[in-house]
Amino acid sequence: MAEKPIQGEKRVFMTGNEVVAWAALAADVDIMYGYPITPQNEIMHYWTRLAPKYDRKFLQTEDEISAGFTTCGGVLSGKRAFTATAGPGNTLMQEAMTMAEMMRIPLVQVVQQRGGPSTATVIYSQQEVTMTCYGGNGEGLRIVYSTGSHQELFDYTIKAFNIAWKYRFPTCVLGDGYQAKMRESLYIYDPAIKGIEMTNTYPFVGSDGMPGIDREPNHLRNTYNTEEELYEVVKNLVTEYEKISPEVVEYQTFDTDDAEIVIIAHGIVTRAAQAAVNSLREQGIKAGHFRPVTLRPFAGEQLRAIAKKAKKIIVAESAQGQLRKLVTDAIYGESVPLENYFKPGQGITAEELVDYVKGL
Amino acid sequence: MSKVPNMPKSWRVETKPHKFCPGCGHGLVLKALGEAIDELNIQDRIVFGCDIGCSLLSWDFFNVDTVQTHHGRTTPVMTGIKRARPDRICIAYMGDGGGYAIGSQHLVNAASRNEKITLILANNCNYGMTGGQMAPTTLPGMKTETSPYGRDIEDTGYPTQGPEMVAAITQHKAYVARGTVANVRQLKNYIKKALQNQMDNNGFSFVEALAGCPTNWSTNAKDTWAFIEEEMPKYFKVGEIKTPAQKEENTNG
Repeated sequence: MAEKPIQGEKRVFMTGNEVVAWAALAADVDIMYGYPITPQNEIMHYWTRLAPKYDRKFLQTEDEISAGFTTCGGVLSGKRAFTATAGPGNTLMQEAMTMAEMMRIPLVQVVQQRGGPSTATVIYSQQEVTMTCYGGNGEGLRIVYSTGSHQELFDYTIKAFNIAWKYRFPTCVLGDGYQAKMRESLYIYDPAIKGIEMTNTYPFVGSDGMPGIDREPNHLRNTYNTEEELYEVVKNLVTEYEKISPEVVEYQTFDTDDAEIVIIAHGIVTRAAQAAVNSLREQGIKAGHFRPVTLRPFAGEQLRAIAKKAKKIIVAESAQGQLRKLVTDAIYGESVPLENYFKPGQGITAEELVDYVKGL
Repeated sequence: MSKVPNMPKSWRVETKPHKFCPGCGHGLVLKALGEAIDELNIQDRIVFGCDIGCSLLSWDFFNVDTVQTHHGRTTPVMTGIKRARPDRICIAYMGDGGGYAIGSQHLVNAASRNEKITLILANNCNYGMTGGQMAPTTLPGMKTETSPYGRDIEDTGYPTQGPEMVAAITQHKAYVARGTVANVRQLKNYIKKALQNQMDNNGFSFVEALAGCPTNWSTNAKDTWAFIEEEMPKYFKVGEIKTPAQKEENTNG
């Protein structure tokens, strides 16, 4: 057996795409399937350089439809498998994501958001929130982690494999072009030294024994004949998803206890929001910040408790209200006024948030 | 108790009679496949994938592990499995719409990459499940729901020659053939060779099977067979188009 890719823990300075490749190696991922699209390409570049040294595999497919479905196949065969994409590639991959959702295929998808709609920019945005959470003809039965730093990219990529295989819902790590391309300091580590045990994987198809004699064949389908039959299937999926949601949901709060103004932001924008809150507090303004880490499931109850006390909520995002939809859905019925700070496809700084809050 | 009809050992008796229309070609293709699996003694190594369209009705057809996928996506799902588990024998089963239209990029690229999977495609010149629309394989002049006055080749081009296309883009390790449900013994032999090519770890193997669709063709038994035996082979030549041995012979010669 090849030696562990990361011995112990190491301080490194690398791009987020490199971080994802190392995290997948550390997580004992067997195979990556991918198709080139900016800004996620270097995940494949690093993976293809590193993987053969540790007996891991890679397949470059003909498009993201194929990348999504080959990943489904890899997972069905019992392997830890993942893919990575962005923008229009994420659009094409939604078809496979719905199959994973319907058939409880624990695939892991890394998304490095780029500008949209359409081809737009290769740089940055938070415009793939709705698609990553709810894309395709489904009910959004996925787990979506929105990371805000390179350390989180590493931590949550490893976690994504464990959560996916534990709960058997497709799991997404939602980054962005800034995180993909920037270099930042972080610790990479062998999960074992942190007490992280990788969740066991197992084959859905192709296990040993003669089907029909030693064991029943596994017949997997996503097509149903009647409304009643489908309703039963989807109801069970939803029930299971709702049952596990409290265990999965993650969020962070910053100075929200006495906050009159609460900034809600996710992903990398949390960093601007955190800094803005510090600055506003220094200036005597009672500001706080709520950050959903999982966008699906969403920490609705926790946000509602904060919304009940706040005098004003600001939703800050690099999209035209995709986070806001999650927020309004979660706190429906609360009377706190909502302000929008939307910059679709553009970054948000702490300074502009401070100015915006002071100008309200 | 009536006697259970003679079926391939790898068929799942509990799901018979199968769900295809009377006269449908799928039952015969799957019989040939079942016999091929039996004769090669590989039932416990097979992973079977079926497409959307009528082929999806085979999702519980065999006593083998099976994944029913999306329209056109059986090829990548089976590719994904094979890449991760090279010890399995992966069969992608689909119709002409799935293989030559919505999934054609997967067929072309799986063939180009010489994926070590076996693709079996039933060609019945139309989209059966959705009610008989024009397919890439609809014959010139043939009437379908979306070519009600007959397929106009000036407007919609000529039928796709699938195996010929696959043969043109594959390297010497591929196996490519076109069989017909009118000759199940021959079809079974083609499928056996296709599976053997995968078992030998050689490369991509592809068998198209000419099949009938009396429901959408609106034909009786006699006309159905006449169409399969006389009309289809005029355009779709039955036979082996590429065998791994050919190259060796050429090289040696």
